[in-house]
Amino acid sequence: MEPSGHGPAPDEPQPPSPTLWPAGFAVGIAVVLVGLIISPVLISPIGAAIAIVFGFLWARQATAELRGRPVAVEPETREARPAAAAEAPPASTAARFPRSRFLEGATVGLGGVIGGLVTLPVAGFAILPSFLGQKRHEVDLGPLTAFPEGKWFITTFMTDPAAGEVSRRTAFVRNNGAVGSEPSFTIISNRCAHLGCPVQANGPTGAILGEKNVVEHTANGQILLRPVVPAGFGCPCHGGQYDTEGNRTAGPPVRALDRYSFEIKNGHLILLSTFSVSHVDGTGAQAKIFKYKLAGPGEHVDGPEQWFYPLQPPHH
Amino acid sequence: MAARRPLTKAELRRKQMLAVATYPVDWLEERSGLVGGIRHFLFRNVPADINWMQTLGSATLTAFIVQATTGVILAMYYQPTPHDAYASIQNITDHVTMGWLVRGMHKWGASVFIILMFLHMGRVFLFGAYKYPRELNWIVGVLLLLMGLMEGFTGYLLPWDQTAYWASVVGINLNGTAPFLGPWLAQFLRGGQEIGADTLSRFYSIHMLVLPGAIAGLIGLHLYLVVRLGVTSPPWSKEAAGRERAEEPAALRQGLIQPAQGEPGGSE
Repeated sequence: MEPSGHGPAPDEPQPPSPTLWPAGFAVGIAVVLVGLIISPVLISPIGAAIAIVFGFLWARQATAELRGRPVAVEPETREARPAAAAEAPPASTAARFPRSRFLEGATVGLGGVIGGLVTLPVAGFAILPSFLGQKRHEVDLGPLTAFPEGKWFITTFMTDPAAGEVSRRTAFVRNNGAVGSEPSFTIISNRCAHLGCPVQANGPTGAILGEKNVVEHTANGQILLRPVVPAGFGCPCHGGQYDTEGNRTAGPPVRALDRYSFEIKNGHLILLSTFSVSHVDGTGAQAKIFKYKLAGPGEHVDGPEQWFYPLQPPHH
Repeated sequence: MAARRPLTKAELRRKQMLAVATYPVDWLEERSGLVGGIRHFLFRNVPADINWMQTLGSATLTAFIVQATTGVILAMYYQPTPHDAYASIQNITDHVTMGWLVRGMHKWGASVFIILMFLHMGRVFLFGAYKYPRELNWIVGVLLLLMGLMEGFTGYLLPWDQTAYWASVVGINLNGTAPFLGPWLAQFLRGGQEIGADTLSRFYSIHMLVLPGAIAGLIGLHLYLVVRLGVTSPPWSKEAAGRERAEEPAALRQGLIQPAQGEPGGSE
């Protein structure tokens, strides 16, 4: 066998001498397209100029034969060789990477690039909005005078009036009276800490108590305050039970009920963000609340199980 | 050879009628090969002792076609917004002509589809039809089952009543309790932190565009593998598995084994 490295085999068809003009033309077109996005006035004309110059050179070379110019082709040389040598494996680069292979690779590669260019924005459009721009909605629950000290109310309100009734949420509110000069409220979310069903107050409401519901209108739509005397809270879906501080007493929930932080603004009770609670020691204004960053229902916030949820998606 | 009797007028007319009738089919076949392809798909050999249980896959396909057809029509009247969804369902049920029937077919057909998928899977398991060389078709079938269940989950929200709403809350939060990526998956399904308008339109899109497209494609692959690999005999069959009759095994015809009374090494 003939040792390799002796240059192209004589019977191989010689590839035409490579030319850079088409590549330059392609670069010009690419610059035009990029320019259309970045700066149609400045970049695109530059790309157009590149494309025109290289396009002209390419066309000139491609039509050289037609225009009667002799084409510069390396003359074919052929030596007499033993028959065995003619069957030697092709050693030249041209044979190992012929044009068809290049075109295959270019087609697949370009297809991949185009597919990626189309897929990336679409995938981003499908996924990112769920995680970006999660707004915190403050909720105006109306004047403090509607919340007598020591009384529980089931309050419903719209967190986002623009979204409509679908944003209506429920919280259990009790005025604990003032601690020093600071007012104290217990505001418990009714989202069950098991799987998010609506927790209900276990106790008589409204007419049974001889008290009337209070209806207010604030920036958060119609606010309904229903007086209630709860012995605790219970979930209708899977039977989770909580005491009046939201501590789990029975059933499948993994932690206490979430709570709202609040502030008093112009004599109104304003709900801020929600946070999660592992458990609460004590009651009312003296309660010691073990606060955590808001977690989804069913997620442990303390104990070894919390390591299953190391990274929460962005939320308010 | 006897001389050919000239055709009578009636015979000639029958021949011409036949030519006219088959012309469109021939036209199509010559240009596409589709007619032969359909014959290849529908009129293929199956084991002689095939069982009624082996029609469960076709029944499942029929259920899917019913779901797709009724779903397309329901989509013409349904509005996937929190304000209008429930009202549009009421409109379909109470006012649109035969709307109650089409919605009923879609609602009950959904359960039929799921049940048939499980029965079909049970048949394949009990017949051992998942074994070599059909493992890949079992895997495709499992993907189809998962997508069918996801169809059920996303479709359940669309009526937008209390059952639908809270079932979806619980279902999404169940996904949310999966370790590590669960909270992210739940927020993706919700389209945000709270269930709302985005959740409904997102479930609608997944329910009627993403999943049906994927299911249709996978059904195509599923059927291609069925045609390519053939239908299995029942486990109690006395015949060899596959398309050949037991009295004439393929290996015999190909000369790989010898007939019992043949001379050893006698044949090629």
